[in-house]
Amino acid sequence: MNDTTLRFLPGKNNTFTAKVEKISGQKLLACYQCGKCSAGCPMAAYMDILPNQIVRMAQLGMEKQLLASRTIWTCVSCLTCNSRCPKNIKIAEVIESLRETALRNGQRDDRLNIWEISPEVRADLPPIAMIAAMRKLTS
Amino acid sequence: MKLIYYPGCTLKNSARNFDVSTVSSMAELDVEVEELDRWNCCGTVHALGAENVMNRVAPVTNLIRVKETAAKTEGMASEFMTSCAMCYNTLKRANIDVKKNPDKLSTINNFLNLETTKYEGDVEVRHLLEYLRDRVGFDKLAEKVKKPLTGLRVACYYGCLLVRPKEVAFDDVENPMIMENLIAALGATPVNFPLKTECCGAYHAVGKPEIIADRTDKIMGSASEQDVDLVVVSCPMCAYNLDFRQDDAKRLNPDFKHMPVLYFTQLMALALECGDDALRFDLHHIDPKPALAARDLA
Ligand code: SF4
Ligand code: SF4
Repeated sequence: MNDTTLRFLPGKNNTFTAKVEKISGQKLLACYQCGKCSAGCPMAAYMDILPNQIVRMAQLGMEKQLLASRTIWTCVSCLTCNSRCPKNIKIAEVIESLRETALRNGQRDDRLNIWEISPEVRADLPPIAMIAAMRKLTS
Repeated sequence: MKLIYYPGCTLKNSARNFDVSTVSSMAELDVEVEELDRWNCCGTVHALGAENVMNRVAPVTNLIRVKETAAKTEGMASEFMTSCAMCYNTLKRANIDVKKNPDKLSTINNFLNLETTKYEGDVEVRHLLEYLRDRVGFDKLAEKVKKPLTGLRVACYYGCLLVRPKEVAFDDVENPMIMENLIAALGATPVNFPLKTECCGAYHAVGKPEIIADRTDKIMGSASEQDVDLVVVSCPMCAYNLDFRQDDAKRLNPDFKHMPVLYFTQLMALALECGDDALRFDLHHIDPKPALAARDLA
């Protein structure tokens, strides 16, 4: 992203932005980039793009980069960001809309294959873990 | 008092210790708990899409069952209790969502056209902690204690689901104290610790156990800095992560100290002397007995 100049181009990138806003029910332009969401995110250490950057890139309609990010699979919907955002933006909802878009764009790019997990580990895991992971990471 | 109880899938599988300790301690508190007839999985996670309808069907089916059970049982309110934080969060959020959106609710009722009962937003979802505080009362609980947990230092871990989002929280979002108050009523010493509402990594247990090990190191480490004997939780997901990933946490950080993780209901069952069958310590990875024995409680 270092060599990219970010500019709002009305009418060009806003289809994706509108889609994210519709699925998530959030007004993306309300974000003023304070960074509080990222500061408190317990998963930030394992992300490639921080939550505040996700919101910024969604404002700009950067579909390709967002859907290819590791972050959308790392966020666990803990809602810490949601409860602390001074602009009441539900960042977790924004990220979920990206995850859903990636899972439903026809490629069925699942991020979890249950059969790759050994039967011993599977037997050990609580049902809520399995069901939650499948709901979040598979199409 | 009579009360409908929703155990959820995990309490009937890997977290049977949570189920038996819930049911037996409620009996000691004179609450007649009746397991919900024909309950189904809540779906475990609340789908965050603004217009999602599909993932509300499973919770609403349960709410219909509650309504039916309450209608045919005398003295039974149209409410139910669950002790699992994950079920509580999912069921409560779905209930709020369909109450706020009548269109969604009518779509769901139409979809569930084989049900004889329609859901009309007329069931209340309660978490056990909330029920104990508001209906039983912590003072009444304290009176019922047979074996006070004197000297036991306990860190209360809430994780995400009891406090977020605000609409489902029955205590302060950033600094809840309800579990500490309950622990104090049992005669133990609750000890505050900074990471009590930090996420444990949740379902990454399935595909990314290395993240859970790191979270376990941080969260349990923060508790053990306060010199506690054990950590209590209200979520079988947190319990699994924080208990079963401790060996991996130790590999990441040689200074990591093993510490037992219990459900708050197990401490209730211990203080109310419900017997060993109500504790099921055999289901734990880190055995709670030595820590309890060190305080003359095992
Ligand atoms: S906390 Fe809210 S306003 Fe601040 S950067 Fe994050 S989304 Fe934007
Ligand atoms: S919901 Fe996701 S982005 Fe927000 S704080 Fe939690 S893990 Fe981070």
